[in-house]
Amino acid sequence: MTAALIGKSVSRVDGRLKVTGAATYAAEFEVPNLAHAAVVRSIAANGRIAIDTAEAERAPGVIAVVTHRNAPRLAYQPHKGLPDAAVGERLHVLQDDRVNHQGQPIALVVAETLEQAVHAAEVVRVTYRNEAAATDIKSVDPVLPTGKPAEWEIRRGEPDSAFEQAEFRVDQTYVIPRENHNPIEMFATIAAWEGNSLTLWDKSQWVHNVAEEIAAVFGIATDNVRVISPFVGGAFGSGLRCWPHVTLAALGARVAGRPVKLLLSRREMYYGVGYRPHTVQRAALGASRDGQLQAIRHEGHQETSTYEEFTEALLSATRFLHSCPNVHTRHRIAPMNVHTPTYMRAPGEASGAYALESAMDELAVALNMDPVELRLRNEPDRDESKDLPFSSRSTRECYRAAAERFGWSQRTAEPRSMRDGRSLIGWGMASATYPMNYAPASAMARLLPDGTAEVMSAASDMGPGTWTSMTQVAADTLGLPIERVKFTLGDTRLPRAPIHGGSMTMASVGSAVQAACRKARDEALARAGANNLEEAMKRSGQIIEATADVTPGDETKRFSMHAFGAVFVEVAVDPDLGETRVRRIVGAYGAGRVVNSKIARSQCIGGMIGGIGMALMEHSVVDLRNGRVTNANLAEYAVPVHADAPPVMDVIFVDEHDPHVNPLGVKGLGEIALVGVAPAIANAIFHATGKRVRQLPITPDKLL
Amino acid sequence: MHPLVLERPRDLSAALSFGAQAGRNDAPVEYIAGGTDMVQLLQEYVRRPDRLVSLAGILDDGIEIGPQGLRLGAAATMAEVAAHQAVVEQFPLISQALLNSASPQVRNQATMGGNLLQRTRCPYFRDIGYEACNKRAPGSGCAALDGENRWHAVLGTSDDCIAVHPSDLAVALVALDASVELRGTGGDRSVPLSDLHRLPRDTPHLEAVLEPGEVITAITVPATTAGLRSHYLKVRDRASFEFAVVSAAVAIETDGARIRQARVALGGVGTKPWRLPNVETALAGADFEPAVLRQAAALAAEGTRGRGHNDFKIELMQRAIVRAVEIAGARR
Ligand SMILES: Cc1cc2nc3c(=O)[nH]c(=O)nc-3n(C[C@H](O)[C@H](O)[C@H](O)COP(=O)(O)OP(=O)(O)OC[C@H]3O[C@@H](n4cnc5c(N)ncnc54)[C@H](O)[C@@H]3O)c2cc1C
Ligand code: SF4
Repeated sequence: MTAALIGKSVSRVDGRLKVTGAATYAAEFEVPNLAHAAVVRSIAANGRIAIDTAEAERAPGVIAVVTHRNAPRLAYQPHKGLPDAAVGERLHVLQDDRVNHQGQPIALVVAETLEQAVHAAEVVRVTYRNEAAATDIKSVDPVLPTGKPAEWEIRRGEPDSAFEQAEFRVDQTYVIPRENHNPIEMFATIAAWEGNSLTLWDKSQWVHNVAEEIAAVFGIATDNVRVISPFVGGAFGSGLRCWPHVTLAALGARVAGRPVKLLLSRREMYYGVGYRPHTVQRAALGASRDGQLQAIRHEGHQETSTYEEFTEALLSATRFLHSCPNVHTRHRIAPMNVHTPTYMRAPGEASGAYALESAMDELAVALNMDPVELRLRNEPDRDESKDLPFSSRSTRECYRAAAERFGWSQRTAEPRSMRDGRSLIGWGMASATYPMNYAPASAMARLLPDGTAEVMSAASDMGPGTWTSMTQVAADTLGLPIERVKFTLGDTRLPRAPIHGGSMTMASVGSAVQAACRKARDEALARAGANNLEEAMKRSGQIIEATADVTPGDETKRFSMHAFGAVFVEVAVDPDLGETRVRRIVGAYGAGRVVNSKIARSQCIGGMIGGIGMALMEHSVVDLRNGRVTNANLAEYAVPVHADAPPVMDVIFVDEHDPHVNPLGVKGLGEIALVGVAPAIANAIFHATGKRVRQLPITPDKLL
Repeated sequence: MHPLVLERPRDLSAALSFGAQAGRNDAPVEYIAGGTDMVQLLQEYVRRPDRLVSLAGILDDGIEIGPQGLRLGAAATMAEVAAHQAVVEQFPLISQALLNSASPQVRNQATMGGNLLQRTRCPYFRDIGYEACNKRAPGSGCAALDGENRWHAVLGTSDDCIAVHPSDLAVALVALDASVELRGTGGDRSVPLSDLHRLPRDTPHLEAVLEPGEVITAITVPATTAGLRSHYLKVRDRASFEFAVVSAAVAIETDGARIRQARVALGGVGTKPWRLPNVETALAGADFEPAVLRQAAALAAEGTRGRGHNDFKIELMQRAIVRAVEIAGARR
């Protein structure tokens, strides 16, 4: 037996592959006889098109130019995966002459080389018949999403009168611009048909969903589509859905009769793989003199496309994070000529928390009360929105641990009261929460006579360390040294895993891996009549395989299950130049069991840095006149660079044993680490400067 | 990329004979040096020359310091110049401006000549999804005037173009009275850096004064500006790897606690690197009293024109000047 591996700090098992370039990403697979595709995209936001492809067809190396005029009619059978919008119909590509957003694919060129394809795409002549387009959210009347109105407008108690009667009130509007995921790896798909069977090498956070979607689009059996996606160079949610470019690659390969590779350019990454929607939120809090919340009214609306109603959990945390008898939330959408937004790291929660936790800070200021104290006074005993107990909730411990590590007691409350040389110093904090998600998952464990094990599940690893943590769970469960366990993921031939999003991979796939390994181990021991697995594997001389499925029980009916945390931030603001730099972040998280302390810490640091981006610089600058993204590149769309990462990023995992959530006892960490960072920074900037900026990102011009 | 012929001439005179025209946006033949800007423009179809003349290996890449001052070969890289000991010691403003530019990878590849002639970052110029851009397509209009113009210029603008000249290096050089040496088929000439770039007026596609075939062979900086107290201040939305929102290059000579002579130039706000003689005159003889500095810096606002999103630059640039002068003055 080896020592327990779960909870240990283990370096990434795929780290060497990645840093040496040996990890193969979607665009890098070598497929014989490969042709290359390029997409022609709309430069109008709404209207009809006419296309002249004569010159493109004559261009050197061109194999096919596919437009709505000659594209095969695609089946587009109904299919909705978990990441798809619940209401609406996905974009159909090259099926008619309508365009309804900038960057919509309107032609596909397949050629012998990438250069030839790109060149031919450029000489496709398109004329537009423009129609009025909704590209400015201010000109669109937000509406409640269709169906189930009760989900989108929720009330408990008497929020309106309670707010009116409250002695202390805050009522403000908070705006978050559109943000793009901007992963390092651009999306790419290689598609190869053999008869009616299709193989896709793809960048995806959920291979099974890609197979199902493409099968539905082409009207073929799901079993005929194999999707391979071993490595993902970052995605942050952009790889959850199966986007139209995957259809285009498969379509191009079908028309060309050859395997086709389609690699999006950086600019194209802003026009077809989703984004965090622009949100406008109004948060009104009423409290008594002693800081007891009397009323919360939180409404928000966000952009979505004209063809799908994308929604995210913008307001859900508002209903249970702080105790309050009178709560009203209303979530609306603004259908616009944009492509459908999607989930971006901590979708909804991060955006909603910016408004709620900024408003809490404004309330603390109004009450002249320490913001941590305000939260402690409103700490609920149970989930008041569902009237259920929390399976576990370590908020108090998070506030305490993070405040202590941060040195919060040294804070002077008055804005502009702390300085370092010229710089104004500000300390701010915010609460964080993210739901515990756990979904059905399967895994297989195979024990080999040479004393090694192969464990697999069709999960994904967009960066959080799935390769490593699953190897760890398997080795721990089997009692084998980690070097003897090989974990494999990212292939639809492997047992099905849930979507690699919602921070549910560790809980779901981890539990399945554990169950499969237990089963295999028990069987090996039983067969060999041994009580040592290595001995048993050798003695049996056979391969032993076990598959296990895990499924959540009724725990969601009995408990409200969330991870909680607290984020404390120190900023330095240049009072003349308006530049803000984050100096320290301390985050404490109650997130259940931590499987790998090193990777978990990396996850949290990544989330903190992402939060710095959200607070201070990220902004897809949409030209309101026509919906184009003016900074669709990584020079003008600023994400944090090394110099923006504070020298101190402290991550505290408070001890939390939660027997209810899932067999592994984990709650997921990938997303909570982003929640709360932006409001903590905004609150710190207020503390530093006395200026409350309610529109992200907080760039120098807003602090002059 | 538009199909093109890449010429790799053996020597400079062969290169000149292709008649490439640097510094204008409608030339059928163009030069390429480090390629860090040109390749992007080609990839995005912003530039579509039929012929590209590579300057790789045929231009001087030396860095020399002598009694005349500093001479930077046009092919010297940003990284080499920034780290050169004589530059660091005697012309720290140049080194600072470079180290505040781009990233180490870009600086390893990018050259002096290319840096001065890099194209604007105006997003409408760089996105052919917009028809209106006078700089890219003369006479087509300017999408920035009433568009997203937070990045744009407030000095030297015209009704036809408000694009910022993006180089940090050029801002430092113009403050230090640098010149560029040009070579063409007709011979050599020297042009003050302040005259290298043109104002947009009604011909924003013409960006520099180079004649057909001419190349930049070197940058010279006079010895008179060596060893000045200086500071390059760059304000931006993130801490590194970003073009300036506003930058200020300041070099001063002091006389006890007073400024004897000041050199002040701004980046991020001008359609070309922007020297401020008025501010310099007001600073001459001034002490470092904040109110005095502030008053001098206010003269920078003369002739400014904001277009909405960039209005804040008018205030911010004055503050940047004050800060840069203070920091320069505090240096020993
Ligand atoms: C992500 C990114 C960030 C950047 N950030 C900054 C920044 O913060 N500050 C900054 O100042 N710059 C920045 N840059 C721009 C960078 O400095 C320039 O791209 C670079 O200096 C250009 O040099 P090059 O040798 O690569 O030129 P090229 O791209 O080869 O050429 C640029 C232009 O100059 C012309 N040219 C080149 N050499 C000569 C010559 N000797 N004679 C005549 N014409 C010539 C070419 O024809 C072309 O028009 C950034 C660039 C990138 C990609
Ligand atoms: S500012 Fe100049 S470069 Fe930008 S769109 Fe207008 S004309 Fe073109």
